[in-house]
Amino acid sequence: MYIYNEIDQQLVEDRVVQFRGQMERFLDGRLSEDDFRPLRLQNGLYTQRHSPMLRVAIPYGTLSSQQLRKLAHISRTYDRGYGHFTTRSNIQFNWVRLVDAPNILEELASVQMHAIQTSGNCIRNITSDQFAGVVADEIFDPRPYCEIVRQWSTLAPEFLFLPRKFKIAISGGVEDRAAVRLHDIGASARISADGAPGFEIFVGGGLGRTPIVGKSLKGFLPRAELLNYFDAILRVYNRYGRRDNKYKARIKILVKDLTLEGFAQEVEAEWQYSRGGPNAIPEENFSAMEAFFANPSYPPVETHDLAYREALNANKAFARWVERNVTPHSTPGYAIVTLSMKKTGTPPGDATADQMDLVANLAEKFSHREIRVSHEQNLVLPHVAQKDLLALWALANTNGLATANIGLLTDVVCCPGGDFCSLANAKSIPVAAAIQQRFDDLDYLFDLGPLELNISGCVNACGHHHIGHIGILGVDKNDEEWYQLTLGGREGHRAALGKVIGPSFAAAEIPGVIEKILETYVAIRNPDEIFIDALERVGLQPFKSAVYGEQHGQNHS
Amino acid sequence: MAKIIHNGKIVEDCWVVIASEEVGPTTAADSHRNLLLPMDAWEKCHQSLASSGKTVGVWLAPDDELAPLISHLSGIPAIGIFFPTFTDGRGYSLARLLRQRHGYRGELRAFGDILRDQVYFLHQCGFDALCLRKDQDIDDALAALNDYSWLSVAGH
Ligand code: SF4
Repeated sequence: MYIYNEIDQQLVEDRVVQFRGQMERFLDGRLSEDDFRPLRLQNGLYTQRHSPMLRVAIPYGTLSSQQLRKLAHISRTYDRGYGHFTTRSNIQFNWVRLVDAPNILEELASVQMHAIQTSGNCIRNITSDQFAGVVADEIFDPRPYCEIVRQWSTLAPEFLFLPRKFKIAISGGVEDRAAVRLHDIGASARISADGAPGFEIFVGGGLGRTPIVGKSLKGFLPRAELLNYFDAILRVYNRYGRRDNKYKARIKILVKDLTLEGFAQEVEAEWQYSRGGPNAIPEENFSAMEAFFANPSYPPVETHDLAYREALNANKAFARWVERNVTPHSTPGYAIVTLSMKKTGTPPGDATADQMDLVANLAEKFSHREIRVSHEQNLVLPHVAQKDLLALWALANTNGLATANIGLLTDVVCCPGGDFCSLANAKSIPVAAAIQQRFDDLDYLFDLGPLELNISGCVNACGHHHIGHIGILGVDKNDEEWYQLTLGGREGHRAALGKVIGPSFAAAEIPGVIEKILETYVAIRNPDEIFIDALERVGLQPFKSAVYGEQHGQNHS
Repeated sequence: MAKIIHNGKIVEDCWVVIASEEVGPTTAADSHRNLLLPMDAWEKCHQSLASSGKTVGVWLAPDDELAPLISHLSGIPAIGIFFPTFTDGRGYSLARLLRQRHGYRGELRAFGDILRDQVYFLHQCGFDALCLRKDQDIDDALAALNDYSWLSVAGH
C-alpha cells in the first residue's frame, strides 16, 4: 500500500486546520451558508434528511487494518456505530454533528486518510478494480497510477471549481471491474505494439440523469503523459463545460455538443503544449510508486491441499461460499476473498463498528493487513492462503459476513435512498430487503446464477441502476413512491445501459415482478446461459409480456 | 483608496476597473491614471489612451478568449480576471494559461467574488494580486495565503 510522505501528511493536516477555521466561522455566523456550502462539500460534508453526512474517501478502495479500525472507532464515537460503503469506494457516516466534523478529519489524518473532494464540483475520489494487483487476468497493476492521479487531483488548484463533479476510474485488468466507460474519464491498461505500458482513455461516460457509455478518446496514451493529458481534458472541460444548467454541466454533455471528434481536437491541441514537458512523469516515478504496491512475499504453500479439498467435499455451506466469494489469485495456493456486506435484512453496504473491527482483524490474521472495498459495496481480502480459507470462513460466518451470494441476485447494489438522502424520490433499502427476503433460498439463487440487481432512490443513480442486469429506480408520482424497472444493463467491456420495460410499480409489487422476470429467464435459458446473455438473445419482449401481460407487454414494445 | 493584496502584502490599489458601459470619449479625461479596460474596449482604444498618458491594462470575463492579447502581452502591465462567483473556476484556467503557456510576467489580478477561502488556490494558479469582495477581512485573507505549507507533486 501507499505510505504518505511528509508532503502528503502535511497537506491533510493543513486541511484539517483550514476546515476547522471554516467551520468555526460558519458556526459563529462569519461565513454564510452560501459561502460555506462549497467548502464543506469539498470536505465531504452534506446536509441530509436527519443529520449531516460525512463521506470519507477510500482512494481506489484500498484500506489497511489500522485504517479500518479507525473507521470503526469514528462510527462508534461520532456516529451510531455503523458506516455505509458506497458504490464509489467511499464510506459514509450518516449521523455526524457539524461541530465534530473537523475532529473526525483530524482522526482520519492520523491514519493517512481524508474526506477531501468526496463531493463538490471537483475531481472526486479515484476508483479502480477491487482485485488490482492480485487477480490473474491483469495487464498491469493500476494502483500506482491511481496514486499518481490521486496526488495530482488532490487540491489541484486549477480544477477545484469545475462546472460539475468529475469522476475518474482506472483499471488494469483484461476484464473491466472498474466500470471505466461509466466515468467522466476512464483509463484502461494497454500495452503498445512495442511493449510499452499505457492506457486507452475513455471520456464522457456516466450514469445519473443522462446515462451515457463513455467513448474512446485515445486508443493508446503512453503512461508518462497521463497527467499532461488529464490536465488537457480537464482544462477544456473547465473552460467550456456548461455552467448555466447543472443538468447539462457534466463533461458528457460537452463531448456531445462538440462531438467526440471536436472534443478530441480541443484536447489534442491543448495537450500539444504540455506533451513531453516538465510535467511528463519520469520513469523513476513509476518504479518508486510501483514499489509501494509490490505484493507481500507469500510464504510458499501446498497447492494441492488435501484438508482444503476434504472441507470442500464435506461442508456444503463452505463449498458454496468458495464458489461464489473466492476469486483465483495470481499466486498459486492463494485466493482473493470477498466478504459479503449483503446479508438479508442489513442495508446493502452497511457495516457495524464491530464488523469493521472484525474485518480488520481478519485482514491482519489472513490478508497481510489489507482490505479492499468494491464498487458493489463488499469488502475484499486480497491475500488469503488457500489453507486458511476454512478458518476465515468460519470466523466470518459467525459474524454475518459469509453470505455466499457474491454476484447473485441478493448481492444487491443499493444507494441509501429515501431513508437518509434528501435528494431521494423513494426509499431503496426496504426494496432491497424485500427482494432479499423473497429470494433467500440459496439453492434457487445458485440455480439462477450470476445476476446483478441495482437500486437507486432517484435519477442521480448512486445505486448504478442503469448497469444492473435488473435495475430499479425510485420515481415520484404525485408525491408517492414508485419504482421503474430497467433490464439489460451490464458492466465491463460490454457495458450497456438497461432499458425501461414499462410503467412503474408500487414497492409491494416489486418482489412479485422480479419473480416473473426470473421465471421467464428460467423458461427460456439455454444450458449455462446466464441471465444477461439470455436477455440479450431474446430481447425484452418475453419479460415485458410476463410482467405486464401479453397485451400490455406488446403495447410497450 | 481600496486595499488589495499584492505580492504577499497589503497595498493601496492603484488600478481602476472600468466596466464596459463606462468606456467612452470621457475615459481619457478620467482622473485616474491606471485603467483596466474590458476586452472589447481595450482592443479598440488601448493605444489612444496610452498615448494620452494613461497606463492601460485589460480585464477579462471568464468566457473571454486570450487570443487578441497574446501578441501584446509583454506590453500589458496588468491583467484582471473577473470572478462573477467564487464557484466559477474558469478564471483559474485563464491564469494558468497566461502564466505557464504564454509566460505573462505582469500583474495578474483576481477580482469580483474573491474570498479568503480561495486565495491560496488563486495564488497557486499565478494570481499575484487579489482584490477581495467587500465584506472580506483583508488581514485574514493575507494569512490564508499560508493555509498550506506545501503542496505535493508536479503540476502544482
Ligand atoms: S441515487 Fe438519489 S436517493 Fe440514492 S443516494 Fe443518490 S442522490 Fe440519494
